Amino acid sequence: MKVVLPFIAVVGLALLALVGVTVAHQVEFFFGVIVPYAAVAVFIFGFMYRVLQWAKSPVPFCIPTTCGQQKTLPWIKHDKLENPVTTLQVVGRMLLEVLVFRSLFRNLKTEMKDGKIVYGSEKLLWLAGLAFHWTFFFIFARHFRFFFQDVPTLLRMMEGVDSFFQVGAPLFYMTDAVILGAVTFLIFRRVYLPQIRYISLASDFFPLFLILGIALSGILMRYIFKVHIVAVKQFAMGLVSLSPVIPQGIGAIFYVHLFLICTLLIYFPFSKLMHMGGVFLSPTRNMANDSRMVRHINPWNYPVHVHTYEEYEDDFREKMKKAGLPVEKE
Amino acid sequence: MAKLPTPEELLKIHYNPPQDENWMDKPAELKQGNICWGAKGKNLKIVEFPNARDWSPVEEDWKLPQDWEGTVLEAMADRLSKYRSFKIFMDICVRCGACADKCHFFIGGGDPKNMPVLRAELMRSVYRKYFTNSGKYLGKLAGARELDLGVLKEWWYYFYQCTECRRCSVFCPYGIDTAEITMMAREFTNLLGLNTDWISGPVANCYMKGNHLGLEPHAIMNSVEGMVDDIETITGIRINPSFNRKGAEILFVTPSGDLFADPGTFTAMGYMMLFHELGLDYTWSTYASEGGNFGLFTSNEMAKRLNSKIYAEAKRLGVKYIIGGECGHMWRVLNQYMDTWNGPADFMEVPKSPITGTVFDNAASTKMIHVTEFTADLIKNGKLKLDPTRNDDLVVTYHDSCNTARGMGLLEEPRYIINNVCNKFHEMPDNTIRERTFCCGSGTGLNASENMELRMRGGLPRANAVKHVTEKYGVNTLANICAIDRATLSASMDYWVPGTRVAGVHELVANAMIMTGEKERETNLRGEPLPGKGGNE
Ligand code: SF4
Ligand code: SF4
Repeated sequence: MKVVLPFIAVVGLALLALVGVTVAHQVEFFFGVIVPYAAVAVFIFGFMYRVLQWAKSPVPFCIPTTCGQQKTLPWIKHDKLENPVTTLQVVGRMLLEVLVFRSLFRNLKTEMKDGKIVYGSEKLLWLAGLAFHWTFFFIFARHFRFFFQDVPTLLRMMEGVDSFFQVGAPLFYMTDAVILGAVTFLIFRRVYLPQIRYISLASDFFPLFLILGIALSGILMRYIFKVHIVAVKQFAMGLVSLSPVIPQGIGAIFYVHLFLICTLLIYFPFSKLMHMGGVFLSPTRNMANDSRMVRHINPWNYPVHVHTYEEYEDDFREKMKKAGLPVEKE
Repeated sequence: MAKLPTPEELLKIHYNPPQDENWMDKPAELKQGNICWGAKGKNLKIVEFPNARDWSPVEEDWKLPQDWEGTVLEAMADRLSKYRSFKIFMDICVRCGACADKCHFFIGGGDPKNMPVLRAELMRSVYRKYFTNSGKYLGKLAGARELDLGVLKEWWYYFYQCTECRRCSVFCPYGIDTAEITMMAREFTNLLGLNTDWISGPVANCYMKGNHLGLEPHAIMNSVEGMVDDIETITGIRINPSFNRKGAEILFVTPSGDLFADPGTFTAMGYMMLFHELGLDYTWSTYASEGGNFGLFTSNEMAKRLNSKIYAEAKRLGVKYIIGGECGHMWRVLNQYMDTWNGPADFMEVPKSPITGTVFDNAASTKMIHVTEFTADLIKNGKLKLDPTRNDDLVVTYHDSCNTARGMGLLEEPRYIINNVCNKFHEMPDNTIRERTFCCGSGTGLNASENMELRMRGGLPRANAVKHVTEKYGVNTLANICAIDRATLSASMDYWVPGTRVAGVHELVANAMIMTGEKERETNLRGEPLPGKGGNE
């Protein structure tokens, strides 16, 4: 259920767009204009809303998880990146986390061998995760050439690198292959590994299938059912300049691709994909371990009922005196 | 009480969950041997906890208050608005599973709901149902489920099977800390009077008497007196510790476990001998006679109420700063909560070692330093005369306590000390020490006796690593800096790696330390002949 249903959902969405635009051309306006605008709006406002919701809750305590030596005596080497005490060090830790997935890199695999537990290195998830996120980012950035009259040099350079191993024409992008591989691996892993399968929900498969669908439709569009590139650019420029045009003959596969992307944008703020924003707000990672150096303030700290020394002495005065302990009141 | 299975039986662990079931449909089976007894009404009453009554987890009826669901959901909404950590951790887990096999309870037991991600999902599923739209409308498909008695029992069972050790957090790409979620779950269950006896008893004790063990002032002094006698027998030196003394320079706070039972008492003797040798102007307090904080295993508020005594007493006695003993949770509380709860400690001074002159800027605000920071500084500055050969019968390895390792990063100080007071030291495998260290298996108030199976399972990963160095290097001593470790690892070693002793770092220090005017030492603190002194070579 949790695998099949998301799969059907994604196929259904793709078919919806496909059938929609092939059966009735008027619907192109819906898929090409209304949905994209709505999706971008939902994404931006939804994303902001979620982040603001998180930010609204205070961070009452200083609770970083430290992964290295604290700052202490001057002759003990302080691990600045894993146990930061300054903002700069925290930024360093966060960069490592966000750009190279530091914590995942630590991942281990636990196994039982003849009554002994052994821990092996387990880097596949890290590698696939990294490959997936980075290629996603590259491909995303690459698309910006559709939105510029003159393609910026940086984008051109990126493309150059990406298609370094040129295979046929049009240029073959390595990232296309990598993202397909990575997503497939991530799906496969969820189905294949018993522990991961057990913890997975439909909402873990849905975004994976969706992204797979986006990548596949993109690749099909680029290499097989060639779409009219000039028309696509015209279309994209229209969207960003807020004067949308629907060029003729752009090809149905384009709308499938676009519609799936829009679905992703709309789904994003409501889902775990928000980890993209959340990772920056995670208190265990983005705080400095400086709570012994500077007082951390809890905005909702309130006085509590305590058992005071006076009450304690009242309870035990006689016993204390007998034991020779000093007391405040005789 | 459930019979404890043999190690061979416990080792039959399967890590692969059954594939034909959805965990949401599988109610928790409260297994004897894995659960602690319910809190007693009288203890809950002492600290004014709700729904104080006697109850038993194995009985059908948990004597819950009216509309308990409402109470929980209301508390959940409240905590979501008060703790960003809780809210974020409810929302951003991607169920990548990186944390799945990192929990000692999962590794030692194989129960899939002990995978940190799933432990947290027990809570998240309810969160989704009541606090997210997808959960409200899509229900189970979105991983949401209603809060009912079955879920509550499941929560209780699994959230009292998490030692809040935070190992899972180290491996999570977002730092999701299941311990935070456990702490919330425990807050909620406490609103329904659902704590365990082994937590609520110490909490009530600590509140009324100043320490978990409920030692009254004279009992503390008796206990220390006994140790002073032992020290005299061993070293020929009579030391004279002071209590509740106003005007002392330093207040010393350590877990009461150190005053009560072996092997903690040897560590306490170690502190006393060290401070005596230095001529330190320090005092103990009977009012603030506890460094540990079982309140942390009930609610934030209770933890704060117990912790308040330390600063209050420092103020009353007029000390300049505080030294804290070897304890695990104590240091998480002191490092990450104390100043926020009960500070500012502006009536004290930034700690400065009177012996070496070292200023501890890293404790500029809390005014509290760890005894291993203090001692490492002494050794570095050559202030102690040490004869490590006295520890030559010990082949030592070091267990990082979860809270000192992951809560503050106290990694090198104890190692530096051990390497200076012992000649034979071997690390356990890399993946089981420092920030990757394993829990003793009995933290957060699980060190009762009715849940031995759980404790031994939870202790397996640590024990397994000890066994490795025992076989490889002949390690026979497991040093650590936590009172709970000293109490619970002893049991776990007896079970998994018999013959391994558990010792505090300052016990080893005191063994090696040559005191001014001491007689020729024949035995170590445990009364065993020193190497070369009793034909035990
Ligand atoms: S490692 Fe973090 S994100 Fe991955 S399953 Fe565990 S808690 Fe969730
Ligand atoms: S905090 Fe420790 S005990 Fe709790 S789930 Fe994580 S690893 Fe397990």
